[in-house]
Amino acid sequence: MKSINFIFRIHQRFNLKHYAFFDIGNDHYYYDDYANESAMQATVENNCLEANRTLLEMIRSANGKFKVSFSISGLALEQFEQFAPAVIDSFRELAKTGCVEFLATPYAHSLAALYNEQEFVEQVTLQADKIKALFGRKPTVFANLALLYSDEIGEMVAGMGYKAILVEGAKHVLGWKSPHYLYHHINNPKLKLLVRNDKLSDDINYRFSQWQWDQYPLTAEKFVKWVSAAPAEEKVFNICMGYEALGLINSRSSGIFDFFKALPMFALEEGITFALPSECVERHKPIDVLSSIHPVSWTDEEKDISAWCGNELQQEALGKLYSLADRVHLCSDMLLKFDWLRLQDASHFFVMATKHYSNGKIYAQPIAYESPYHAFINYMNVLSDFMERVEAQFPSSVENEELNALLKTIYNQEKEIAQLKKKASQLKETRSKGTQK
Amino acid sequence: MKALMFGWEFPPHILGGLGTASYGLTKGMATQSDMDITFVIPSPWGDEDRSFLQIIGANRVPVVWRDVDRHYVEQRIGESAENYFRFRNGIRYDFRRIGTDDLGCIHFSGRYPENLMEEISNYEAVGSVLAHVLEFDIIHSHDWLTYPAGRFAKHISGKPLVVHVHATDYDRSRGRVNPDVYRIEKEGMDAADHIITVSNLTRQTVIEKYHQHPDKVTTVHNAVEPLDFVNTLVKTPRKDKIVTFLGRITMQKGPEYFVEVAARALQKTQGVRFVMAGSGDMMSEMIRLVAKKGIADRFYFTGFLTGRKVYEMLTESDVYMMPSVSEPFGISPLEAMIAGTPCIISKQSGCAEILENAIKTDYWDIDVMADFIHAIVKYPALHRTLRKNGLDEIANIKWEYAGEKVRDIYNRLT
Repeated sequence: MKSINFIFRIHQRFNLKHYAFFDIGNDHYYYDDYANESAMQATVENNCLEANRTLLEMIRSANGKFKVSFSISGLALEQFEQFAPAVIDSFRELAKTGCVEFLATPYAHSLAALYNEQEFVEQVTLQADKIKALFGRKPTVFANLALLYSDEIGEMVAGMGYKAILVEGAKHVLGWKSPHYLYHHINNPKLKLLVRNDKLSDDINYRFSQWQWDQYPLTAEKFVKWVSAAPAEEKVFNICMGYEALGLINSRSSGIFDFFKALPMFALEEGITFALPSECVERHKPIDVLSSIHPVSWTDEEKDISAWCGNELQQEALGKLYSLADRVHLCSDMLLKFDWLRLQDASHFFVMATKHYSNGKIYAQPIAYESPYHAFINYMNVLSDFMERVEAQFPSSVENEELNALLKTIYNQEKEIAQLKKKASQLKETRSKGTQK
Repeated sequence: MKALMFGWEFPPHILGGLGTASYGLTKGMATQSDMDITFVIPSPWGDEDRSFLQIIGANRVPVVWRDVDRHYVEQRIGESAENYFRFRNGIRYDFRRIGTDDLGCIHFSGRYPENLMEEISNYEAVGSVLAHVLEFDIIHSHDWLTYPAGRFAKHISGKPLVVHVHATDYDRSRGRVNPDVYRIEKEGMDAADHIITVSNLTRQTVIEKYHQHPDKVTTVHNAVEPLDFVNTLVKTPRKDKIVTFLGRITMQKGPEYFVEVAARALQKTQGVRFVMAGSGDMMSEMIRLVAKKGIADRFYFTGFLTGRKVYEMLTESDVYMMPSVSEPFGISPLEAMIAGTPCIISKQSGCAEILENAIKTDYWDIDVMADFIHAIVKYPALHRTLRKNGLDEIANIKWEYAGEKVRDIYNRLT
């Protein structure tokens, strides 16, 4: 039986405020709260609440036969908690139906997977804990931001104990293979790979309200026909996109919600079911390996990482940022950690891309910068201030290793003191016992 | 297609952007095989590049009949008298009120002298003679100085007139328009069959301030000539970064904003120096302002630069800044980009409409411009990216493309 997996990615871009170089060293608050809150409100009103309601209704009216999963970044969850707690409640309600799965993803929607393994592991753990705390279940399947994947990332994810990872069905990785099967990692057969169908996903995400498209309008019936037209052996259809496809990229008036509402009926009629990634992983056996030495993602035509680290601006910014990673890991300053996560948001680097200029991209939210150069300068000014703060905690005159050794000594001393204290109290106890005797 | 163009400047002896643009455009149009251009300028020096067009000096066109023999004329002008006698047949009006020499020709300074209005009307007289003699399909007038000549030529020949607006008096005067200049501009535009503007900004001015019908006005953005000696330009390694202003030091170019930006940036950024190249009526005022701000140790004036010196200065710079208050187009950022220098340009410049890999700000936004200067000094990747993308971009801004657009307009009119 064929099954469709709907997976929605949710992330809210963190807008930095205009931060001039005069502010470096004077102002340590980097965020444009107004922009963040109003963007959040637009998302909540047009997208999240209504989409959640629609999905909940679909699950109920299909008697639990409709299933859907989410990959929500930790920063987005924090923003929901701060500005729109109603959204968290509606996700909780969805979670209660048992037809919803939450996937693991890096907490800060960051590129840490490419730059710093320790940071990556920490963020994924943080994210999983947050999901557990909010929705009661730990994720078992991993989906990176924009489905960023390479063999190396696969290994890291497997090392954390995840059994499956969602990857992009990029042509140069798949080759002649079909995305409708399960694959496994090249070195680790235990890590299964679910492949996104980019054509069907983008049909809904980008082309649904494009009247120039030769298949316009897309109806539920037509969509289901495409799925059922695939050979009978092909079982898994992973349709994965940003949640803003429902209500923002495709507005309410485009009929996107009605399209979704009509889907279960047509699908069930054709004998197509809906599933969760974890179910698919258990139900099907991988048929082959899938390997990519270079990272692949779902962005643009190139399906690579050039949207975030394609030009020198981005490389410089990312390089400078992650050169701080080791030092930030050593420190325990809460505020510093707070900013550290926010500065890693991949969308900061996305807006610095110079390759996008004229290809008429569809953005769910307008970009706050006039040009990639403006974006770069603003980010670098903020980062300069952040670097100064890290520097103030750990001067760069002290080598990382030396610092590490010192911190270790302190840590060990503390441990030793604790041990000795314990010993002392034990001895006291035995002595007092002895005197009692 | 034969075009009769009236211009005022032509390289190598130029005073502003008009000459550069005239040269580039005609050279770009000359790549069209059936294009035949006759370019009239008041006073050629003789060393102009005539390989792709015919240049007629207005000072060699007789407007008053003089009975002279061929030998005498050849002796006087030092070249074949063929044209002289041909043009002499075109004299149909009595221009004896104009002071002429022994050949019946008028003396032109070819610059922007005190008696500019007189030169413009003399040029008009020359236009009438040429219109009677020459064969052409279209008349093309570059900038307001030549509009009267174009109008007269149209009146005589009945051929369509295209006026090319390189600037309006609204740009030059920051809004305080000279009524005589405005009259000449308005009459020229009213008489024109089509108006070409160098930017949408200028197009808007032409439509709004000169009351022209939008259908009659088309924007053809300027381009830039590739440099043949670009490989010989080498940047001297320096510890300090150099930010350069290059152009006439006049109100239109916003030099005081450059000084303000320098003062602001120097408050917090070390290792940056500022250069103001060029001359103009506000120069002494700027020197005073620099002294008042107390930044004279990091601010330099070079005086007027020409030719290769301009490109050497641009190459030595790390940032080229053009804070123009109102710039119809502004070719100099394009020249800076050819030399591989990143630009900060004001949004009030026409070239901002076509340049993507330049930083654009409002001319009055001193803080933002200072911020950019700081960023270019502090974050080397920014300089490298702007340079690389700028070179790629500029290679595709060609006069040929501008020439094709002008040709389309010609084709529609004839």
